[in-house]
Amino acid sequence: MSYTAAMRESIAKVEATREARLPETYPSLEHDEAQEVLRRFHPDYIEERMRELRIGRNKGSRAPVELAEVLEGAPALTRDLVDLERVDLETDVLVVGGGGAGASAALLAQENGAQVALVTKLRFGDANTMMAQGGIQAADKPSDSPAIHYLDVMGGGHFTNVPELVEVLVMDATYVIRWLEELGCMFNKRPDGVMETIHGGGTSRKRMHYARDYSGAEIMRTLRDEVRCRPEIQVLQFSPVVELLTDGEGRVTGAVLRSFESNEYLVVRAKAVILATGGSGQLQYQGFPCTNHYGATADGLVLGYRVGAELSFLDTMQYHPTGAAYPEQIVGQLVTEKVRGLGAQLCNVDGVQFTYPLEPRDIEAAAVIRECTERGKGIPTPAGGVGVWLDSPLIELKHGEGTIARELPAMVRQFARFGIDITREPMLIYPTLHFQNGGLSIGVNGETAVQGLYVAGEVAGGVHGRNRLMGNSLLEITVFGRRAGRAAAAYAAGVELGAISLEHVEAWTAERAEAGLDGGLVAPILLPDYTRHDRLPLATPVV
Amino acid sequence: MPNEDFVTIQVMERSARVPASLTIVKALEYAGYKLTRGVGCRAGFCGACGTVFRLKGDPKLNYALACQTVVQDGMYLAQIPFFPGQKPAYDVTKLTADAQSILGIYEETIKCFGCNTCTKSCPQELEVMDYVSAALRGDIAALADLSFDCIMCGLCVARCPAELVPPHIALLGRRLYGREVQPKAPDLQARIAELDAGKYQDEIAELKAMPAEELKQKYITRDIEPV
Repeated sequence: MSYTAAMRESIAKVEATREARLPETYPSLEHDEAQEVLRRFHPDYIEERMRELRIGRNKGSRAPVELAEVLEGAPALTRDLVDLERVDLETDVLVVGGGGAGASAALLAQENGAQVALVTKLRFGDANTMMAQGGIQAADKPSDSPAIHYLDVMGGGHFTNVPELVEVLVMDATYVIRWLEELGCMFNKRPDGVMETIHGGGTSRKRMHYARDYSGAEIMRTLRDEVRCRPEIQVLQFSPVVELLTDGEGRVTGAVLRSFESNEYLVVRAKAVILATGGSGQLQYQGFPCTNHYGATADGLVLGYRVGAELSFLDTMQYHPTGAAYPEQIVGQLVTEKVRGLGAQLCNVDGVQFTYPLEPRDIEAAAVIRECTERGKGIPTPAGGVGVWLDSPLIELKHGEGTIARELPAMVRQFARFGIDITREPMLIYPTLHFQNGGLSIGVNGETAVQGLYVAGEVAGGVHGRNRLMGNSLLEITVFGRRAGRAAAAYAAGVELGAISLEHVEAWTAERAEAGLDGGLVAPILLPDYTRHDRLPLATPVV
Repeated sequence: MPNEDFVTIQVMERSARVPASLTIVKALEYAGYKLTRGVGCRAGFCGACGTVFRLKGDPKLNYALACQTVVQDGMYLAQIPFFPGQKPAYDVTKLTADAQSILGIYEETIKCFGCNTCTKSCPQELEVMDYVSAALRGDIAALADLSFDCIMCGLCVARCPAELVPPHIALLGRRLYGREVQPKAPDLQARIAELDAGKYQDEIAELKAMPAEELKQKYITRDIEPV
């Protein structure tokens, strides 16, 4: 499945310019110029793909149409479908979501004396955390400081971030890395123990800590193992939350789960609930493919919004500049920013570099889209797509033979499976939906305006403002997962289990009716539907 | 694509004609199955979609990740939903980085008789038997290094005739390596001492209080460490 003849012609041009480009640093865009490129080419700025929410606390706020549909969705659960008298589980803290934020929250809640249950829609650990490749930021090197990190985060987010959240993100970062080190995460280190660190887009210091290009996987499997080493934390898999429960006076007091296997509804009473459900890339915003896990369907946003929590930065999604554009089988899958962090450049069909490779992600993505649309300098794919070259072989020239195999084994494997050797050939890339910048509004301990409801990780909004920098999501999930776990345990210690009801669901249904929203999607949708619905003719058995 | 090639595969004990370019996961969906088990990140990182398949007329069992493998004509496949390998609880802070620690928790490791079936079943093409051998001789560094790219799909667990759970042995080994063998990062300790003493609080407070335009100028003119 290697490259087509037309692609090979273009690759020859990339090869022809490689030596000359090696020492070049393409200038980054001036501030005003960058804003102009964003306005003209970033998908967030396409007005007709946004609309105002018609119901709920954020009525009138703009959101992508795909997200608005699920946020305004109809509940799956009605009073007659579930018997709230029959409680299946009682706990102090219920953690919803089995990714990095959920695991961190569960560990800290348990350490702080709470009885903890962690429920997850699919397998424990199946989450975007597992797929994060590039690394985790922390300002711990002598040339760096939390203040410099703060400035990078704010600038990357175009100064829209909530300052208090950025403050705890950068101030907790070093503590989090030490915590992970003590749990046994295998970061790349020099023989003397000094962490190897590199740049990411928009960083002014090399503060990206990494574990080859399985950084998220290494963090996730370590945290998951630690949770499993504490049998007092109850883990329930394949059991998504379909609705939160409230006491009828605005306090969250539990949740209803649906077992994927048996289709039963399970009732959980909890003193506090932590939503750590992740993002929403599987909503297929604007038809973009995504890098996200199968379960990234905005469940937590829907659940939290329905109990009255506030949403922020809804109208901004992160399109990762480098998703695979070829071959067809891996279109949209992540090509880690670490490739550019190690020195790879972006080239057009003529083999000419056209952008600074380490712009913040939104600007870089907009620059790639401009190259492929207005400038017409993209490389077409047989399936009707387009992309530009990410010149990975440059890394070997820059840092020596074998660097790619050592630093990017997952990327090498991903492309080798389809006949492409990224140590010798460039990768064809195009922006892909990657991250939900916004989400449920939180305070510094993951608390929301709804009593008993805490939020951590990608489902939260405000930390990154309108654009997240690479390496700040693995940091966000651990910093805020830990904070939310600690805070929820403290809260739970001071309250009794509350009454449980679906009153807020009935109120929601009434509000929908009043707004004339009959029908529509049933939400949370739990999983995307990629099945083919017209029946296939029966085929002859092969065995 | 109008003239696309199709192949016949056998899924869930029923055959289906599917486009030849699809991965196994997408082919299952094309055949009408909305998956909950045997599917995860869809990008080769989570290990949820371990698959065993045969080709028509060939007794050989093949192993793959369903999201990273293209269908072939005559493929007769089964998704492995999970495998009930044991995972004891332990306190990693009370263990030392040696063979005794691993054998104390996974005593069956000693039963490995070197058949190499684990290695043959690894969709990541890791040298699984070699890392198990490293565990047995207490070479924690080699165990950690050789197993690092393991995504814990469990295919080797399903196949091991000695009933080992190589991914869990490896994970314990890597945690011991990360905790006990790799030297602690000196910069972390130094920065934490500063943070504990309250350093940087004033500087951050100043940035938080800074007028927007001034903060923006500070950002634009900040010095950038060379790549």
